[in-house]
Amino acid sequence: MTSQSLRDQAATFGLTTEEYDLFVSQLGREPNALEAAIVGAMWSEHCGYKNSRPLFRAFPTTGPQVLQGPGENAGVVDIGDGWGVAFKMESHNHPSAVEPVQGAATGVGGILRDIFAMGARPFAVLDSLRFGNPDSPRTRFLVNGVVDGIAHYGNAIGVPTVGGEVTFHPSYQENPLVNVMALGLLRHEDLATGTMGEVGNQIVYVGSKTGRDGLGGAVFSSADLSAASQADRPAVQVGDPFMEKLLLEATLEAIQAGLVAGVQDMGAAGLVSSTCEMAYRASLGITMDLDKVPTREEGMVPMELCLSESQERMILVPVPGKEQALHDLLAKWELDVVTIGEVEAHDRYRLTWKGEVVCDLPVALLNEAPKYTREGVESADIRAARERDLSGVPLPGDLGAVLLELLSHPTIASKRPIFERYDHQVMTNTVVVPGAADAAVLRVKGSPMGVAATSDCNPRFVQLDPYAGAAAAVAEAARNLACVGATPLAITDNLNFGNPHRPEVYYQLQQAVQGIADACRALNTPVTGGNVSLYNQYTEGDHKVAIHPTPTIGMVGVLPDVTVRASLNLKAAGQTLLLLGHRAEKGWSDSIGASQYLETVHGLEAGQVPPVDLDLAQKVVDGTLALIRAGLTDTAHDCAEGGLAVALAEMAIAGGLGLNVSLDAPASVRADALLFGEAHSRVIVAVEDAAAAGAKLDELGLPYAVLGETVEAPKVTIAAPAQHVHLSVNLESLKTAWEEPLKGILG
Amino acid sequence: MKTAVIQFPGSNCDADALHAARLLLDDGAQFVWHTETALPEGTELVFLPGGFSYGDHLRSGAIAARSPIMNAVKAHAEAGGYVLGVCNGFQVLTEAGLLPGALSRNKELHFMCKPVHLRVENNATDFSRAYGPGQIIEIPIAHGEGNYYADAATIAELEEGGRVVFRYADNPNGSLNDIAGIVNERGNVLGMMPHPERAVELLLGSEDGKGVFESLKTVKK
Repeated sequence: MTSQSLRDQAATFGLTTEEYDLFVSQLGREPNALEAAIVGAMWSEHCGYKNSRPLFRAFPTTGPQVLQGPGENAGVVDIGDGWGVAFKMESHNHPSAVEPVQGAATGVGGILRDIFAMGARPFAVLDSLRFGNPDSPRTRFLVNGVVDGIAHYGNAIGVPTVGGEVTFHPSYQENPLVNVMALGLLRHEDLATGTMGEVGNQIVYVGSKTGRDGLGGAVFSSADLSAASQADRPAVQVGDPFMEKLLLEATLEAIQAGLVAGVQDMGAAGLVSSTCEMAYRASLGITMDLDKVPTREEGMVPMELCLSESQERMILVPVPGKEQALHDLLAKWELDVVTIGEVEAHDRYRLTWKGEVVCDLPVALLNEAPKYTREGVESADIRAARERDLSGVPLPGDLGAVLLELLSHPTIASKRPIFERYDHQVMTNTVVVPGAADAAVLRVKGSPMGVAATSDCNPRFVQLDPYAGAAAAVAEAARNLACVGATPLAITDNLNFGNPHRPEVYYQLQQAVQGIADACRALNTPVTGGNVSLYNQYTEGDHKVAIHPTPTIGMVGVLPDVTVRASLNLKAAGQTLLLLGHRAEKGWSDSIGASQYLETVHGLEAGQVPPVDLDLAQKVVDGTLALIRAGLTDTAHDCAEGGLAVALAEMAIAGGLGLNVSLDAPASVRADALLFGEAHSRVIVAVEDAAAAGAKLDELGLPYAVLGETVEAPKVTIAAPAQHVHLSVNLESLKTAWEEPLKGILG
Repeated sequence: MKTAVIQFPGSNCDADALHAARLLLDDGAQFVWHTETALPEGTELVFLPGGFSYGDHLRSGAIAARSPIMNAVKAHAEAGGYVLGVCNGFQVLTEAGLLPGALSRNKELHFMCKPVHLRVENNATDFSRAYGPGQIIEIPIAHGEGNYYADAATIAELEEGGRVVFRYADNPNGSLNDIAGIVNERGNVLGMMPHPERAVELLLGSEDGKGVFESLKTVKK
């Protein structure tokens, strides 16, 4: 191929013509086709973060709890006693849109490799899943496929799937989101990193053979989806959890035996991105012999060997002198092990094939993709929706019926039919099973501690106000951890957005990043890593459907004593229900803006997102933890989608007990806003000793309201005298409304 | 009771089995890799753990049943040694011919993970002595292929011989006669789909599985 035609075909490598020219000028010569493909992969959004990294400067990334910040395979936090937790979230959106079973399965496989590449044993998975219209056949196909894929991989490899989210909104109809978060446990001394180490080190390939699957996946996932994407199915990889289990055990054993100087998963852009990033971290050059790469089929060419995304492959760099020991250990696990190259004292990324040098590029040039700071402009339509006057929205006559309707919305309804398909107990650490509390809790064997994890985002908030919505996601995650008794430690984020070349999408990204940054700073939860998935946009002719911007927040926390915790189910009659975070005059939710209620009942996505008061958010976290740790409550639940009434109903359903509350809001507050509005920073707790709990909260300066009490009678009764509301629904109807909907979606 | 937990490639409840065995039976319990040809000297209990041995290729448990260590496990069973197979371990035992019948796909055709209630049908075995007669216990299941099947004659033999040790109170997978766990004729080999090793600590929700280990512990040597 001539250089002129290479330039013309830059787009097929995922480069713009300008990027191609920049590359040529920095290289000082024309590249060959392989080199152009390699730079295209390394400069893709997936590997090079060219649109997102400049924004990330806003993130707080340090703190005494951070053992490993961004830039490695996964972040690591210190939980005490010499233990660390490695965690990260990653998307597999585009592959899941065209081939849901394998797309989701390999999403699980990929994130698990990131965790054990840090020297941590994976011990929990959470999935944040977003689908389109729940009634459509396509959604049923995707839900069933994605759930099967996660179950197929996670169950087989033996890492429990302990939590996550599943929500439904038409913006995800063609472009579902599959974000998988994994956590791993490690002793501090076993922390490994993705470096080539020093000159003379060998580069060892271990795991599955390289095939032609997943070719160009990094570029595929960095472009819009369209009807033609179905033809890209070969860009989706096929996973083998059995192989990964062997790779996991072998890698951890090798790290713990002190045989490994550096380790990295071959993920997006396969062999090239892993070895290239490792060389960059060591500031050294490497030479690899592509003839040595184990292949699944005959006749594979350098382009395929370099960019295949075949799963279950790792790069290991042995500690000098331990090469043979490493080979022997890996062979015991019946894995393919080949030394494919060496670390050298130069700055080049060199590949040979059949005795010829086929690639010779500067390591730094490949790793330093051009960065773009674009102009963001808010969409006028979205601003109009946000500023819309909602005073004309009619008040429904039967608020009990509204409560049932909200409970049966698939976004709110019970996810039991899904999580029962996941092995959530293997490894015997799962203290809180999915759905039983606001976050998953795992014990740490050999220690009194527990680890809690949650993933959160309300995309409707982010759509209407990306700054407030993203900040709210961080604050909600922190509250969810507090509601199980865990101190929030740090986050990983998975930024799912549309095409950043559109100013209104770039605006959302910019604002959301700032919202996350400010909330993380206020709540002392640094960002330890993350993943960016742009181009989540479906194109049909001129018609472009971007997803709701979805910055999923994965947060990890620690329980000093795992036996001191809370769950959301009511536990006894005669307890007092308190609403924490209630501010005297404006404490009741007084707006229906941006609520699930407004969308579900009135078909409107509009209004102001409730403002996030980060100071109050922190106080609510502290207050909830103080009550749990003082033994004053073991029942706590965050108010989120569906507001106060839905939260109360969920607590009653889970506990099989009734409740009786009275809300003394002023008459100026609408009844629907009071019951279903989604004001932030509110946690409901049930306490035995209301006086002692009140004294504790006063001492902390946290405002609260007394709502009422739990009762034996199986009935949820909510009164609001000034609004003339007296709603009473029996538990059985609530339970049916909440439990049934997902059963109908899963086949 | 000196315990060996067999590890096949793809076993994934091996560490859980070892944890429970060390907690309740033998603090020196150890793993034995599938390529070994002999059990550690003095082994009294062989624990075949759950998982997806050999990636469930061919049929669940089929390849594991033919791996080198299984000759030693069979000899151990023939000599009267105890063998406990849980979940995939149960599948391996049926494939190896140490227990009759087979485990096919759940009637709902998908994997299920949830706590189930079992009735202790026979509390006179060395694996169930610690339970009361007909006691209802709660133990989790986690499997896609736990639907117990055997021909009518075998089922009759199992029932008449009191060899059905655990029965589902609410059959989750379509197993014939609600069978959840059986022993061999001699009573020294137990296979069960539910996971007793997941229910030995209250912190995790139930300790009803402890009885299996406590029963073994009280066996008179």
